[in-house]
Amino acid sequence: MLVFLVRRLVGMVLVLIAVSFIVFLIFVIVPGGDPAIRIAGRTANDQNIKNIRHDWGFDRPFYVQYYELMKKAFTNRLFEQTHQGVKVGDQIKQGVPATFSLAIGAATIWLFFSILVGVISAITAGRLSDRLITILALVGISMPVFWLGLLARYFLAEKNTIFPDGEYVPFTQNPAQWFFHLLLPWFVLAVLFIGFYGRVLRGNILDTINEDYVRTARAKGVDPRRVLIKHVLRNSLIPIVTLFGLDFAGVLGGGAILTETVFDLHGVGQYAQQSIRNFDLPPIIGVTLFGAFFIVFFSTVVDFVYAYLDPRIRPT
Amino acid sequence: MIEGAPEWAPSGLRMATQPQQTTQQASAELSLDTAALLAQEEHGVSIAGRSPWYLAWRRLRRNYVAFAFLFIFVLIVVACSLAPVYAHHVAHTGPDENHVTDTVKIGHKQVPVMGLNTGGHIGVTILGPTWWHADGKFVLGADANGRDVAVRLLYGGITSLKVGIGSALICTFLSVVLALLAGYYRGWVDWVITRFFDLIWAFPVILLAIALGAALAINGIHWNLGLFTVSVSGGNLLIPTLVISYVLIPYIGRPLRGQILSLREKEFVEAAIAQGASPLRIMFGEILPNVASSVLVFFTLIIANNILTEAALSFLGAGVQPPKASWGTLISDGQTRLSTAPWLTLVPGIAIVLTVLSLNIFGDGLRDALDPRAKVRIEH
Amino acid sequence: MAEKLLEVDDLHVHFTTEDGVVRAVDGVSFELERGKVLGIVGESGSGKSVTAMTLLGLTRGVNAKFDGSIEYKGQDLLKLSETELRRFRGNELAMIFQDPMTSLNPVYRVGAQISEAIRTHEDVDKRTARNRAVQLLRQVGIPHPEERVDDFPHQFSGGMRQRAMIAMALANNPDVLIADEPTTALDVTIQAQIIELIGRLKNDFNSSVILITHDLGVVADIADDIAVMYAGRIVEYGAKRQVFYDPQHPYTWGLLGSIPRLDRAKPEKLASIAGAPPSLINLPQGCKFRPRCPHAFSKCTEHPPLQNRVGDSPPHLDRCWLTVEEKRDLRELTIHGEAAA
Repeated sequence: MLVFLVRRLVGMVLVLIAVSFIVFLIFVIVPGGDPAIRIAGRTANDQNIKNIRHDWGFDRPFYVQYYELMKKAFTNRLFEQTHQGVKVGDQIKQGVPATFSLAIGAATIWLFFSILVGVISAITAGRLSDRLITILALVGISMPVFWLGLLARYFLAEKNTIFPDGEYVPFTQNPAQWFFHLLLPWFVLAVLFIGFYGRVLRGNILDTINEDYVRTARAKGVDPRRVLIKHVLRNSLIPIVTLFGLDFAGVLGGGAILTETVFDLHGVGQYAQQSIRNFDLPPIIGVTLFGAFFIVFFSTVVDFVYAYLDPRIRPT
Repeated sequence: MIEGAPEWAPSGLRMATQPQQTTQQASAELSLDTAALLAQEEHGVSIAGRSPWYLAWRRLRRNYVAFAFLFIFVLIVVACSLAPVYAHHVAHTGPDENHVTDTVKIGHKQVPVMGLNTGGHIGVTILGPTWWHADGKFVLGADANGRDVAVRLLYGGITSLKVGIGSALICTFLSVVLALLAGYYRGWVDWVITRFFDLIWAFPVILLAIALGAALAINGIHWNLGLFTVSVSGGNLLIPTLVISYVLIPYIGRPLRGQILSLREKEFVEAAIAQGASPLRIMFGEILPNVASSVLVFFTLIIANNILTEAALSFLGAGVQPPKASWGTLISDGQTRLSTAPWLTLVPGIAIVLTVLSLNIFGDGLRDALDPRAKVRIEH
Repeated sequence: MAEKLLEVDDLHVHFTTEDGVVRAVDGVSFELERGKVLGIVGESGSGKSVTAMTLLGLTRGVNAKFDGSIEYKGQDLLKLSETELRRFRGNELAMIFQDPMTSLNPVYRVGAQISEAIRTHEDVDKRTARNRAVQLLRQVGIPHPEERVDDFPHQFSGGMRQRAMIAMALANNPDVLIADEPTTALDVTIQAQIIELIGRLKNDFNSSVILITHDLGVVADIADDIAVMYAGRIVEYGAKRQVFYDPQHPYTWGLLGSIPRLDRAKPEKLASIAGAPPSLINLPQGCKFRPRCPHAFSKCTEHPPLQNRVGDSPPHLDRCWLTVEEKRDLRELTIHGEAAA
């Protein structure tokens, strides 16, 4: 068991290194041209470009450039180009509470409703409730989340102030307001995942119902509710765990850029988006690394959870 | 795909790998037709001899809903392709032409495209949808620059569809080739390709797409390769197309690779090798036809997903660059004027939903028809 | 006189599918006495599995229609509600299935699954149930049962898994054990062990057994009576000796002839039954075996009833119009091919 753990952790570190290198490649090498000009972005002038070139090591071999970039990123010495002197690391830290609040709340909601929807849909397969849920789910996953967010914000928060109009209120400042301000973003973000996960779960359940071991359970005389929960659901949820872990990690790492932007939550994601608008590369690099870390980390966590849930893949 | 469907898998795509059994009825006791399946299997012996494609076609034919939506999708594609025709003959304007100071005849009145506000709010009132009352002009209203929304919608559709379908083609092609190579050669080739999949999979894909899109959009691609230079400007559609295409490769590649690996063990492959068939022939002649149905379904759903991704990227500024129109940029244009000109946001959004929904529904129907008991699963 | 446990009378099971009505079981009758083993033999599509599953009500569903009766201890199982029927399942009527690999839930320990069978029908605590599970595992011949009871199914070998399934089925001392192709997914050597186990346990638990298989060799050992099924009907039914030594139906001859024999001269070709089983939606007129029968004649377009033509006692029934003499003449040819002629 320990060997498994160590191996996975080592693997995780390796992937992180690979990911960081790819980030480097994407921003510095792939586009070709002069990276210094690119980094300078909007503030490009001769002096600036020369400084950047020296500072980032663009006048030296690529592995030095990679090293310089990593050094900057991990010692919090990445600076914005639009606001000189502002550290990317600090900005990210400021955005974390909002991003995490959004992620955790939305994830809880979407997990709960997905299971509800998936089970109902599967049990009543073919009947009206199933068809209705399927249609809603399909529409839900066909909507661009930012569009839904814009409309939700406008119709429910601006025009008719049922909900607060965007912005994030820190929990420590006012828990009630924190909650109300997040409700709409939570649901907008969750809706799309619910549509998707609900359908996946439905499919899994319908498959599992036809499995031989479910037939065995029924042949033993086990009552249907127990069959559903202990045999069908337990096995149907396993693949969902993997997907959920990665999605959650993605949102945690700032992946909910669109929702954050539309609702002005000033989280990590929105920070990235603003940087894009400003053609400011260093923050984008920073956020990408930040997000990557979460994904890789959670991917490993999910591996362990999966092994716990499915004894077949445990190391003997 | 960015939040629009969970990050890690495009909306319909992960579902492509799970069968959806809408034809099953459930009794109160949750007893589904295990026995009927059994009986059908036992009797299925007698319908052997009809090719699986014919049977699939028969099943698909009965699915009116799927066909209806396929029709809708085709309609949308046709409508968008006729954008120049519409622009010229119906609206009498182009996608980039400003009509800020123009007026339009509705009924008996001359209504300004951008009228100054009287009373309450300072600002301009933009002309709303005229619904054919103005002779085909500004059927869906005007935007903040006085441009015809309907025209821009159609032109934007061309862009979104181009990027969506183009990236889907590239993605499918690459995934299939990689999966074939990995599944056929196995060994170290497989190891390398799987690591490649892992890497993309492990990456915060959405961030990567945005980052890449942004990085490339700013200045485009310029490679000096000695003999020749590759130079793609930031506004070129190729950039978002390429960016979006690689993003989904592991989603398709991995399940396909799994399928191919198990096919590889089957006797007909061994037989082909024994007959001296070349690897290329085996991969494309023997194995590929057997995974063709999965590929077809994936392809349909990837298009749906990529259209959403393109919209999101363009909305954020990391995809299609203005002034070029795409459905995503249109929504972005409209967001500041939601209260005064809601159609600017609603119209392109509805277009996206309709298109993506059609593809999703048809893709579902296709999957049901091709392999009602498909067991290709997303592997971890 | 042995106690009659199960009496199936003219059972029909039809499924409505998108291709038509599948007549999976079309008029099947048989009896089971205490302590006896009934072997039901037939190819895929003969309806044998559907018959077995219908006994426990596992085929019930929106698309299924039933007719006839299944009398068990005076009650017609077909008429019982799902809740009432559940009292019998895993209790007095138990079933084991073909593929032990997939018939056990992979995420629960084997002992837990056996305990579940016990605690579904009896109000005992977990400790007691677990001890019983260990006992059962020992009885089915699993070594070190105290340790293996906490293993997961994938840690068992195929043969052991099937033993565990048998243990689970016998947990509540069933009167009737239904074994649906219990050995088909196993190696030949293990097959023999499992069959021998079933035979032994039948005595230990004083149960009756319905053994379903496509392999006549499997029932040759422990069956008392044999029913041969084809296209949803029984085409031959009698005591083992009768069916093996004096088979009356050409289909049975085909089955017997397709078994390779070491004690006879090698025939030119291994005899097999030409053709394929009929569609259960569009069944042929008259005798269902007619299209594949080398001895079909004019009367075969009329549906043959199941009768004791050979006049034996206990009754030896068959569904073939040929006279007993004709049968005896043609039989040798069919079973042993040209070599014996």
